[in-house]
Amino acid sequence: MELTILVIKSLVILAVFGITLLIATYSTYAERKVAAFLQDRIGPNRAGPFGLLQPIADAGKMFFKEDFIPAQANKWLFILGPCLAMLTALMSSAVIPFGDSIRYASFDVPVQGIDVNVGVLYVFGVVSLGVYGVMIGGWASNNKFSLLGAIRAASQNISYEVALGLSIIAILMMTGSLSLRHIVNEQNGFLQWNVFTQPLGFVIFLTCAFAECNRTPFDLPECETELVGGYHTEYSSMKLGFYLFAEYINMFTSSAIISTLYFGGFQYPFMHQVHDALVNSLGSTVGHNIATGIGTAVLFGKIFFFIFFFMWVRWTIPRFRFDQLMNLGWKTLIPLSILNVVLTGAGLLFDKFKYATWLIVIVMIVLAATNAIKAPRRKPVAVPQV
Amino acid sequence: MLTNRSKQVSNKEMTLAERMYLPAVLGGLAITIRHFFMKKATIQYPEVKRYLGPVFRGHHVLKRDEQGRERCTACGLCAVACPAEAISMVAAERKKGEETLYREEKYAAVYEINMLRCIFCGLCEEACPKQAVYLRHDRMVPVFTERDQVIYGKDRLVEKLDDRYIRNNPDAQATPTEPTLSRSVG
Repeated sequence: MELTILVIKSLVILAVFGITLLIATYSTYAERKVAAFLQDRIGPNRAGPFGLLQPIADAGKMFFKEDFIPAQANKWLFILGPCLAMLTALMSSAVIPFGDSIRYASFDVPVQGIDVNVGVLYVFGVVSLGVYGVMIGGWASNNKFSLLGAIRAASQNISYEVALGLSIIAILMMTGSLSLRHIVNEQNGFLQWNVFTQPLGFVIFLTCAFAECNRTPFDLPECETELVGGYHTEYSSMKLGFYLFAEYINMFTSSAIISTLYFGGFQYPFMHQVHDALVNSLGSTVGHNIATGIGTAVLFGKIFFFIFFFMWVRWTIPRFRFDQLMNLGWKTLIPLSILNVVLTGAGLLFDKFKYATWLIVIVMIVLAATNAIKAPRRKPVAVPQV
Repeated sequence: MLTNRSKQVSNKEMTLAERMYLPAVLGGLAITIRHFFMKKATIQYPEVKRYLGPVFRGHHVLKRDEQGRERCTACGLCAVACPAEAISMVAAERKKGEETLYREEKYAAVYEINMLRCIFCGLCEEACPKQAVYLRHDRMVPVFTERDQVIYGKDRLVEKLDDRYIRNNPDAQATPTEPTLSRSVG
């Protein structure tokens, strides 16, 4: 009996691991396709039908390139950097609840790598470790540009982790638990989704997630125009591949965490009615498992949307300047998230009212609108007659 | 101001809405997502070819006249005009009975163009007093991989009688290369 649980559990863990890798692989393909479509192009379509074998071709190319270690580089740290980036990227998807539970005989095995009661903290710990991969790689390269990229990555990640954590605290105050599964279960009912109770927190979290993933508009660590290639200037072959791949895994993980924290995870409207109908018609085991499957599919739909959103933003917005990045992080996002925490707390103390932070949003919109109306109009540009 | 498109840069302080970035970001996202659904500009090159227009300078052709006689008299003006020195020829005198083959008393027994040298500038076309040499607009010189494929002789240059070249051909809609070199669609 214990063995059955172990087998199902290890299958779930292997599936989560495999799916993470698969999605990250095809994110590279999706990135190129999305980039192409947003720029009126077609994108890769030569390797296999619709170019579906493109990621494999890319990986093959990466493997066959020269694996070069600069003479002045610190060899072991140089190798450790990409490994660490990859390791931390893969670790964080372990605590995400991908579905309700799989029922087998009389056991309910949750569709989740590990259901720790400090899930949010675990994610934070692992994400903070992620910067070590970049930092070590950049430092070990023994190259000024790599080091600058690494320093940028470190300072950026540290700055945005503060706002990231503060925006989550508001959620933790409402649920009273650090377990990601608990947070998902709290959001049952469409209007209970945290994106509706925490609109400002969601925007802050999303922005910080972009910064944590080093994605445009916050991809200053690999700013080609200023830093050659950023922290991975000296890297080639599969070590570079690991860095790039880790970025896509991070993107998947943060999409999953955004969906879990703010969009109800595997919850969807009328979930309980669907579950009851399936259990009534197909029996408590099969029906329950199918209902879990639907929930997982819904979660993956949300994740795919956010991965698309990451790419959509990347091919829309130009990079921030570094001082703008720091100003946004320290002077805007952190004060706003503290205000968010205070107002959420006030709302909860005042009769358990969850939607208090809408006040900030409304005030901000009103302020922005009045400010825009009062602002002096730009003079229309006079076009001289030639 | 050459184009009338330059804009005055304003250093006006940004309004609060502008400093919040979000309205501008959403505007940008709206613009890009519109492009997501637009018709793509790409032409799938080896399978689909674009009409390059009547002025495209492609494969050389040694024209024949209305009666099918070669127009070239081997005067050598094209070879002189050629900046890449790609053209060489050997002249010969027309014999009795060859009046149906060559238009004038002198003709090119050998006419060779080195396609590695040719830069497709079209100066030979301009120099020719007999309207004998042209660069076709509807056919490209195919890719070559061996040295002996590079020198084009009269066998590949002289216009075929069953495949006359017309510059203002309204039917020409593509500029195809040799069919063997273009991949089949599908």
